[in-house]
Amino acid sequence: MVTDQMRLDFYKQMVRIRTYEELIKRDYHADKTPAWDIGAGLIPGEMHLSAGQEPVAVGLCANLRDSDAITAPHRPHHLALAKGVDMKAMTAEIFGRASGLSHGKGGHMHLFDPSQHFSCSGIIAEGLPVAVGQAMAFSRRKTENIAVGVAGEGATNQGAFHEALNLAAEWKLPVVFVIEDNDWAISVPKKVSTSVRDNSLRAAAYGIPGARIEGNDVEKIYEATKHAVDQARAGGGPTLLEIHTVRLWGHFEGDAQAYRGAELTAAEAMDPIPLYETRLTAANILNKTSVASIKLEAGKEVEAAIAFAKSSPEPLASDTYQHVFA
Amino acid sequence: MTTATLKSEAGTRRLTTAKAISEAIAQEMRANQDVFVMGEDVGAYGGIFGSTGGLFDEFGASRIIDTPISETGFIGAGIGAAVEGMRPIVELMFVDFFGVCMDQIYNHMAKIHYESGGNVKVPMVLMMAAGGGYSDGAQHSQCLWATFAHMPGMKIVAPSNPYDAKGLMISAIRDDNPVLFMFHKGVMGLPWMAKNPRSIGPVPEDPYVVPIGKAAIAHEGSDVTVVSISLSVQHCLDVAEGLEGKISVEVIDLRTIAPLDRDAILASVSKTGRLVIVDEDYKSFGLSGEIVATITDKDPKLLKAPVQRVCHPDVPIPYSRVLEYEALPTREKIQAAIHTVMKA
Repeated sequence: MVTDQMRLDFYKQMVRIRTYEELIKRDYHADKTPAWDIGAGLIPGEMHLSAGQEPVAVGLCANLRDSDAITAPHRPHHLALAKGVDMKAMTAEIFGRASGLSHGKGGHMHLFDPSQHFSCSGIIAEGLPVAVGQAMAFSRRKTENIAVGVAGEGATNQGAFHEALNLAAEWKLPVVFVIEDNDWAISVPKKVSTSVRDNSLRAAAYGIPGARIEGNDVEKIYEATKHAVDQARAGGGPTLLEIHTVRLWGHFEGDAQAYRGAELTAAEAMDPIPLYETRLTAANILNKTSVASIKLEAGKEVEAAIAFAKSSPEPLASDTYQHVFA
Repeated sequence: MTTATLKSEAGTRRLTTAKAISEAIAQEMRANQDVFVMGEDVGAYGGIFGSTGGLFDEFGASRIIDTPISETGFIGAGIGAAVEGMRPIVELMFVDFFGVCMDQIYNHMAKIHYESGGNVKVPMVLMMAAGGGYSDGAQHSQCLWATFAHMPGMKIVAPSNPYDAKGLMISAIRDDNPVLFMFHKGVMGLPWMAKNPRSIGPVPEDPYVVPIGKAAIAHEGSDVTVVSISLSVQHCLDVAEGLEGKISVEVIDLRTIAPLDRDAILASVSKTGRLVIVDEDYKSFGLSGEIVATITDKDPKLLKAPVQRVCHPDVPIPYSRVLEYEALPTREKIQAAIHTVMKA
């Protein structure tokens, strides 16, 4: 049962994440001039932003506890923020600062927060076996914790996905596999990558429940993931969920997306935040004043995180040699 | 307590290397509920090369876990369990199978601690069989330790005898880092494979550690240093003993490939001025070149003669016995290399 308070919280969290991505995008591009150079500026390197995919993270993480684990893929910000990873430490990590989650050793594709059992892998599908192992540890220690392995739809064509599902099913582990289907594996569309139109059907191959959630609707995602999370927590084993979502921006920043054509316009019409805003306004949960206030608060929080990152020292060059071994 | 002291206390009980390994695992499993084993055929079978013999009977299927043939899946699962604080021992049946799971090994297991800025530890042991000499062909006979050692973040050990195998396994399980425990099939003392008597030896019953990263002087000498690892150490010792009274050969058993005990190599070569390297892994771009660089980075003048390398040549491992033994390090080749450096 989704209450009005939950709807308001979902909206706030989605706005918070979108604001985060917009301001990271702003600062990412701010100083890559005159010639655009991926390695230049305050935020160097690849940048995969999650605009459009907020409902997946928000609906899913509303069911998770701090002690539950998530392995996220290369596009992790929405999941990290919704899970509860500290925004300041995460931002400092993205800016490569000593105060970052990993003291500047990880970067945006390698966010690790053990207090939230949150990790990322930049290698497609390879975070899923790790989630299986976390679930194994939770199960062996007889905790109620669960693990969630998140990957994009492109990952379902990787061997690691299938190995992870098979192991989790055979060992009946408390793990939920969440596939974010944003239709695109960089520039290659799902429709030319697999004959399987609905990746949740692949659950049948491993004898586990599977479901596809259409509409990029945070409430439907919350309910579907709640069912899967509750089942895993109760010892009922794994579930495979494919959630249709939308990638509003490029695969990475700097991706001109010429390959998308008219599809991009259609995708933009699916932007979940204005759609949800309209719904909640019609339901009298939001109004113009509260929307403005929520966006203002989100902006303040993110600007403070960015200011913290910018004011933090860079790592010492000598730190390069630390942490190879424990 | 030092290794040397323990060795003298080893007593008369003699075990195969395989039994020494499984005993180490059993003792650590009794002491720590977080330790468990998984891999292909590690259960009732006891490991294809005997590394988990007897464990299934004592600990059962919940702690000695037979996996499907999904190396990416179960090595990844080991990593996930380790980051949550367990101490899994995962067996990759043959090192040669690393091709189907290398991403988990070097992009995840080896890097998570560094990428997390030291906040996430991966205390797991990845054990695997290595080596040839029994006509198992190009995909089941390699050593490949240098391939892993090239990539930072993993410790890599390869014992040459039962005593070191037990102590290194206990060290590996207790280590907070990922450790590759590479056992050469030829040192395991298997009843179904020709073996050197050195594969069966005295092993103390009580748990003890052999430190990771410390080489051993397996045979003291003053004329020439022979640096080796794993099964090849057994051949080197045979040669060194055969030359006693003629040439004084110092055999350094590295025991650990990464981190390499460079001090032990430098100390011995400083004494002898002559170096032979014996390595069953491929010759080029590997351990033997690294050992030479260890000397030349310090002082090329330490060497009185050019170095001899007795290594697997840069060819895939052939099947036919005559071809494989043309490629493998043998006592004859080691002895010839020693004579060459002594004459130079």
